[in-house]
Amino acid sequence: MTHADHPATISGLGQRVVRLLPPLPLFLLQPILRRIVTRVARKNPDMFGRLGPHLRARFVIDPVNLPFVLLLRPDPNDLLLRACSRRNIPPHDARITGGFLDLLMLVDSDLDGDALFFSRDLTITGNTEAVVCLRNALDDVDDSIAEDVAAMFGPPGRMTLNGFRRMNERRGQNHDPS
Amino acid sequence: MIRPELVCPAGTPSAMRTAVDAGADAVYCGFQNATNARNFPGLNFTVPELEKSVAGAHAHGTKVLLAVNTFPPAGKVDLWKEAVDAGSRIGVDAFIVADIGVADYIHRTHPDIRLHLSVQAAASTPEAIRFYCREFNVKRVVLPRILTVPEIRDMAAAIPCEVETFIFGNHGLMVEGRCSLTNYITGLSTNMDGVCSPAADVQYIRDDAGNMTTRLGAFTIDCFSCSENAGYPTICKGRYQAAAHEGPYYAFEEPISLNLSALLPDLMSAGVTALKIEGRQRSRAYVKKVVGAFRKAVDSIMAGNDPEIAALIALTEGQKQTEGAFKSKTWR
Repeated sequence: MTHADHPATISGLGQRVVRLLPPLPLFLLQPILRRIVTRVARKNPDMFGRLGPHLRARFVIDPVNLPFVLLLRPDPNDLLLRACSRRNIPPHDARITGGFLDLLMLVDSDLDGDALFFSRDLTITGNTEAVVCLRNALDDVDDSIAEDVAAMFGPPGRMTLNGFRRMNERRGQNHDPS
Repeated sequence: MIRPELVCPAGTPSAMRTAVDAGADAVYCGFQNATNARNFPGLNFTVPELEKSVAGAHAHGTKVLLAVNTFPPAGKVDLWKEAVDAGSRIGVDAFIVADIGVADYIHRTHPDIRLHLSVQAAASTPEAIRFYCREFNVKRVVLPRILTVPEIRDMAAAIPCEVETFIFGNHGLMVEGRCSLTNYITGLSTNMDGVCSPAADVQYIRDDAGNMTTRLGAFTIDCFSCSENAGYPTICKGRYQAAAHEGPYYAFEEPISLNLSALLPDLMSAGVTALKIEGRQRSRAYVKKVVGAFRKAVDSIMAGNDPEIAALIALTEGQKQTEGAFKSKTWR
């Protein structure tokens, strides 16, 4: 069963600004996202065992301060990671909503998802079991997924990731959900 | 003062490596089935994963304790026996058990492997603990979170086995091993299936104003306004309306975590042998930070210094912490 969408409710100036932006040419992102998800899946084949019956689940990953959402289907035989317009969010089984930096750090287990949930910086709706499985699958990956993805883009990719990490560290001095 | 063993959680092989690297003396874990009390989706170890993880932990001098701490329903005991036999073959350092049938099986078939009595057994009197020691050669008891530090000191002096106490994480005060709230609502048992609030039955519903309703099965168990911190979707920490109280209130317990950082010196001098961090369901980030903080604190105390405790409030449930009954029986 998929869920009808409703708008994210994490508020903030950044999110309001995002909604005023013109639509991004998302087609430019799709081949990059396809490469990313294929590489992560190839390097971490064991992670899919933790997804149990939810390999075919469709997750909307919603970074509230970006002008688009991501649609993920973590099926190693039929992988999907696609950027979608906020104006046309596709049917999904579960939705994970949070700030971009928080979601990035979660992927790498630099932040604790439960702590973000307690502080209301992370919201999940839809199939909770599927989300728990995805979280546990990602948490069992030893190597940094973000570093691996950054390395795909060479020095500019690594510089960008380092920049995000510095932003996270600066933010952590005042707000530490890990 | 005895140097206490720091006993740390691991829900995945990666979390176990993290705990070992962060300074755990022992790591506890479970298989991917109903034989342990954290039987959550996508969590825990397969037999090959545990075999590899035990070898890795032992290479660093860290012990591995296998939780087989649920209660087998009639006719299904073989699953628990298989878990025990697999643990023995792999070379775990101890079994953590609650059920007397499982304890008896281990005592008879694997007498060389240490037996620890789980908090799920809810043994809280010297008489009960001495029974387990006498009948099953239990070497350590994990005490329920209902005793003050002076009571723990008296207990340690009155029983012939080691004492393990929780120092951080879930603040569960129900008579453990006997809570049937989840079973009542979902049909699955915390004690026999190992699932408290199964994720498949949990639903979070958010309204346009940012308020979040938590439901378990057909029941609403809490509603958090957009400015409130949230807790786990467990019935015992839900907010309810009842005739005896004006407005919704936490009728059983509050969403709050145990943090005994400040009581560590007292616990260590009371004869506590092992200090346990709860949270096999938590992330590697949690394991790294909490284990690292307590490793530093324990080492500092053993060196005769004041403990240095890192701030862990951000990791606590509802972003609130308590010393609970360890400090006083009137903490609420």
